[in-house]
Amino acid sequence: MYRYDEFDRTFVQERVAEFRDQVARRLSGELTEDQFKPLRLMNGVYLQLHAYMLRIAIPYGTLSSRQLRLLASIARDHDKGYGHFTTRQNLQFNWIALKDVPDILDKLAGVEMHAIQTSGNCIRNVTADHFAGAAADEAADPRPYAEILRQWSSLHPEFTFLPRKFKLAVIGAPNDRAAIQTHDIGLQVKRDETGSLGFAVYVGGGQGRTPMVARKLRDFLPEADLLAYCEAVLRVYNLEGRRDNKYKARIKILVHETGEAAFTEAVDAEFAALKGKALTLPADEVDRIGAYFASPAFASLPAQSDLYERAVKTDPAFARFASRNVHPHKIPGYGIVTISLKPTGQPPGDATATQMEAVADLAAHYGFDEIRVSHEQNLVLPHVRLDDIPAVFEALRAAGLATPNAGLVTDIISCPGLDYCSLATARSIPIAERLSERFADLDRQHAIGELKIKISGCINACGHHHVGHIGILGLERKGEEFYQITLGGSGDQICTIGEIVGRGFSSGEIVDAVETVIDTYLGLRTSPQETFLAAYRRVGEAPFREALYAAAG
Amino acid sequence: MAKRPKTFHPVVATANDLPTGAVVFRHPDGDWSGDIAAAEIATTPEQADALLAHAQADQGPGNRIVDLALIEVVREGAFVRPTALRELIRTSGPTIALPADGRPAGH
Amino acid sequence: MPLFRNGRFEDDDWQIPAGDAPLPASGKVAVPKARFLAEREALRGRNAPVGVLLTAGDTLDDIVPDLPRLGLVVISFPKYADGRPYSLARLLRDRHGYVGELRASGDVLRDQVALMLRAGFDALDVTHAGTVAALREKRIVAVRHHYQPASAEASETRPDPRPWRRVSAALS
Repeated sequence: MYRYDEFDRTFVQERVAEFRDQVARRLSGELTEDQFKPLRLMNGVYLQLHAYMLRIAIPYGTLSSRQLRLLASIARDHDKGYGHFTTRQNLQFNWIALKDVPDILDKLAGVEMHAIQTSGNCIRNVTADHFAGAAADEAADPRPYAEILRQWSSLHPEFTFLPRKFKLAVIGAPNDRAAIQTHDIGLQVKRDETGSLGFAVYVGGGQGRTPMVARKLRDFLPEADLLAYCEAVLRVYNLEGRRDNKYKARIKILVHETGEAAFTEAVDAEFAALKGKALTLPADEVDRIGAYFASPAFASLPAQSDLYERAVKTDPAFARFASRNVHPHKIPGYGIVTISLKPTGQPPGDATATQMEAVADLAAHYGFDEIRVSHEQNLVLPHVRLDDIPAVFEALRAAGLATPNAGLVTDIISCPGLDYCSLATARSIPIAERLSERFADLDRQHAIGELKIKISGCINACGHHHVGHIGILGLERKGEEFYQITLGGSGDQICTIGEIVGRGFSSGEIVDAVETVIDTYLGLRTSPQETFLAAYRRVGEAPFREALYAAAG
Repeated sequence: MAKRPKTFHPVVATANDLPTGAVVFRHPDGDWSGDIAAAEIATTPEQADALLAHAQADQGPGNRIVDLALIEVVREGAFVRPTALRELIRTSGPTIALPADGRPAGH
Repeated sequence: MPLFRNGRFEDDDWQIPAGDAPLPASGKVAVPKARFLAEREALRGRNAPVGVLLTAGDTLDDIVPDLPRLGLVVISFPKYADGRPYSLARLLRDRHGYVGELRASGDVLRDQVALMLRAGFDALDVTHAGTVAALREKRIVAVRHHYQPASAEASETRPDPRPWRRVSAALS
């Protein structure tokens, strides 16, 4: 992974000093809240319902065991002993005191971490495929480009006060595990017919109250032009994006209102002026950054592991874990292990300090010291010998982290909702917890198969409900929470916005309603191999609407 | 601006403590603390205006509160309870069990 | 208004007539873009430097031919969180080669000063008392190490062979 040199260290230390000064001026009353708010947001500090929340950047979801241990110690020393992994691969603490934030940032700087640009109307932390560098289907590793983008976008003097937030995501495989088409800029690293590296560039995706799938502006942007092109897109957006209405300020609205052709023309004109100049990526710089992401020293192993196969045969619990939480690795004899943060009846994405330390230990012992955070709010050990996975499973089980539900109905994405968030209109976590209890039976989960439920507690859609196979949006009407269901959404390479199926359900009804949807699917699928999403795409919403609303008339 | 409701409900002044973010309520003596039962309750629109004016004055450099609002409450015996779910959650904390460090979750 | 230029507060040698007030007979004068376009010929006839006032949201297209002759461009920040002037400044410097004074006015606050200087501004019209004091007393704490080339290349150094790293001089 990327390691700081003296320059990087100095940069982060200077940023901490700058923020310490800003906090001191706020606490002394020199800065008003209106003046301070954009400054604190730009460094990841929100004021939530009960306390300040601090969102810490985990660039492209990559952590070392040392970093994860430090996060655990912050959870203990400054919070209530746990943290929440987010859909943007970051970690947030919910119970932070503003006066402590500068000291926390100092601790983070000590392990090459920070909270820069985890909020605010600037270029946010760059996300990437959580299987990067390990996935069997990868054309190229997206992390070097994510790191190059991270550096370029860090305190960019021109793009710190954009009309609205701006999110980038990078993948290097045809299977999109980072939902790039729901981002302001989504990049897919690929090779052209000559073998040269470049990017498919998607612009203008986003969720929120006006969900849109990104447009593909370039099928193949040469590698060297990455930053010049991104700077062109950002400059057009900074100058032309709407600033009169925050709900129409994202780049997706600009692309939509300008029209794809005119927008592309404006970007191309800007790009033509920037191309070939200071921002051109030199090959040796790509190589220099790429070297940080070189594969670890994999052993030469047989593709099959007897130990692993025996455990699959003899231990049904392990077999279940292996079938859902172990993914194929590009190197024979290795596997990618997903650590589910979705145990039955618990808040999705939360991990206690003890659990973080358990994962850090496993990464250090078995996983080349690497941990990933997925946008699905799970953790990943990207490089584990198949021989070691049974032992890893046992250790995870002891830590309460071995739930074998990756990609299943209880692997729910949920925003914090009204239990924490000052923007929320309804609670999300209790719905997620009740759903996971309703579907706790593992045989039933495995029989249902691949199914992504995503829950947001307000229209801002942090819980990605628009791209949930089953999406749940929590709203409020006359003081009561109610929940709208969308069906058929998907954040992968066939990106689709879900359709609202009908009137909403009360908090008491929503779990039954989801069960009705799932039972309807089980009744109409052509075979157990036809996933919920495939079945929905085949039959449409009618049978589900019928099942949900027929009784009510 | 929101219209003044037809029927007036009693309100208290609430905010977050600037240095810690903790939820606080304004007491009759001008103190702010997390104890809603000790909060000054305005029972007429005039009292509410006066409470808001006092609370706004507290936002200045010396008093260190942020995100000030008047919220409706009902009194139930010795207890004072916000009527809106959001404010109830602000006052009494998340409605879910918080993950407890030290023992594995989910078992 | 206090004018921070060349690293210190200086007297403003430019006159900015209010509204449609007649232009002073002599001296450096700057007018809003609309007036500049309307009175372009008359302004060209003056034998003192001329400047233009822009605000966030203005475009540069119609003044590009005049840039080589302009001595001052002022870009106003209606609110400090309106980031358009940064792009206008960079376009003036990098795209159009403008070398005259580039002044930020409006909501100019201390926490944005470093960004403004990197975007190509070299003068700040500061009204905010706290910012004036911080600049005067050299109390601005800002990040000096940067990851991207911007529009202050002449005043920044390159600390190592990395293509985009820059270090700017201390503000205080």
